[in-house]
Amino acid sequence: MTIHEFLASPADAARREGPNTKIVMSSRIRLARNIKGAAFPGWAKKAERIKTLEIVRPAIESLTQMEDCFSEKMDNLTLLDKNILVERHLISREHAAKNAGSGLVVNRDETLCVMINEEDHLRMQALRPGLQLKQAWQAIDTADSRLERRLDYAFSPELGYLTACPTNLGTGIRVSAMLHLPGLVLSEQINQIIQAVNKLGLAVRGLYGEGTEALGNVFQVSNQMTLGEVEQDIVERLNKVVLQIMEHEENARGSLLEKKPKTVYNHIGRAYGILANAHSISSKETMNLLSLMRLGVDLTLFPDLDRALVDELFIVTQPNHLQKRFSDKLTAEERDLLRADMLRERLRGVSRPRPKPAAPAASEKTT
Amino acid sequence: MLRGGVEFICLLHGRRADKALKGMLCCICKEKEAKVHLTQIVGEKMQKVDLCEGCAAQKGVNDPAGFSLADLLLGLGASQEMEQASGGGEVKCPNCGFTQADFKKAGRLGCSECYRAFSEGLEGLLKTMHKGTRHVGKVPQSQLQARELADRLKSLQKKLDKAVSDENFEQAALMRDEIKTTREKLSELTTT
Repeated sequence: MTIHEFLASPADAARREGPNTKIVMSSRIRLARNIKGAAFPGWAKKAERIKTLEIVRPAIESLTQMEDCFSEKMDNLTLLDKNILVERHLISREHAAKNAGSGLVVNRDETLCVMINEEDHLRMQALRPGLQLKQAWQAIDTADSRLERRLDYAFSPELGYLTACPTNLGTGIRVSAMLHLPGLVLSEQINQIIQAVNKLGLAVRGLYGEGTEALGNVFQVSNQMTLGEVEQDIVERLNKVVLQIMEHEENARGSLLEKKPKTVYNHIGRAYGILANAHSISSKETMNLLSLMRLGVDLTLFPDLDRALVDELFIVTQPNHLQKRFSDKLTAEERDLLRADMLRERLRGVSRPRPKPAAPAASEKTT
Repeated sequence: MLRGGVEFICLLHGRRADKALKGMLCCICKEKEAKVHLTQIVGEKMQKVDLCEGCAAQKGVNDPAGFSLADLLLGLGASQEMEQASGGGEVKCPNCGFTQADFKKAGRLGCSECYRAFSEGLEGLLKTMHKGTRHVGKVPQSQLQARELADRLKSLQKKLDKAVSDENFEQAALMRDEIKTTREKLSELTTT
């Protein structure tokens, strides 16, 4: 079975819902683990990486959570396959660059995904839609406890789980939530929020993690420190911060609608206008405009538009997903044309946004 | 001026995010717009550095060669600290052959044993990087058992000493046998 046959269709993936999906797109907990004595992937020779892969992969496949799974060596995946996995947030960009000696195991509902020989021997992650950090922790903790019976982890009583980079030392945990924050961006409060979150020792990153842009007003909030704090406390702290950011986002949306309804409607109306009518559009512009459409759905401006369609378009308009639909290798320009065709087609049945008539700003004219 | 750990390197070039950071002036020349934003934690204090592209390049922040990855990831001055800790001589991991020069280049260690080999230099780094320098989280079950066995061994040893001093040789023989089996169990756990 190929990875494409295995993965949920973008439409199904977009339909996954969890608590607070309006703002929290997904929750993720990653644990870094290594095998005692074996050189870390970045330092190990190819033969040694392959040996580690051969020990680790069957152990992961034997997990009950992995009963129905897709398991493959990275050298058996095409570059396009790997990039699609990146666009689905199942693997990191670093892992997409790996070949012989690295591997991937992901389960049927895409809630558990293990990268083998990325920066560490194991990078296992539990994924959940919406805000479900505690559930994700339970899932990954269970999987990890099962694995430790079969694998001899590198562990020191003083330093905890030993990782390739000292920044992950101790618990090896990274707790993160992907947040859609158009209100905070439009009201220009996002920088304040980022700074406040940084002060708490947490990181704010872009759509694809470390060192990436904040496309489509999507931000990832995650812990930085991994040593000297218990996992549950880290999860709890992040959960609290996410709840606070959600509140700020809701407040920002509320006050924008109250004070500058025209600005909000203008942004959303233009986003709709371009997405539904353009004949050439880049992936970056698409994401930024889809974000505004998503905001429009949240504000009930699009009675006949489902949030799942917006989220599906978020996935399928990305460069590699688009390329996958066509057999010929496309240039960026060709992709922009096809992306626009797809958007016009998919948004054909969506009527233009209708702001509620009871706009409090009486001075603003409506036609 | 750039010392201590780089806690978070904010490189948000997105249109929206840019907008949020727009208008911030470079804190060195105070003329051009800051494009590189660094947040560092030095001890308890947090420092923010916002640099324009010119000043960033001058400080070597934009130049990957002048700004070693270890420094970038582990705090500015990280590689010097490692060098000092080793007393100038080159430390090499006995298990995998990784050297601190490799560490300086990669910002990653070679294997789990490197933490023992480079322990001196790492101590200071961990302090700037993490909440504490001792692990308090999850422990693998096998390690927990080993810890229990080690504790048990200690108490058995005490009982043995007492039995000997009380000249209770029957009890002492019992303790000696139990210590032997506990030791065997422990070494089984730690060698596999």
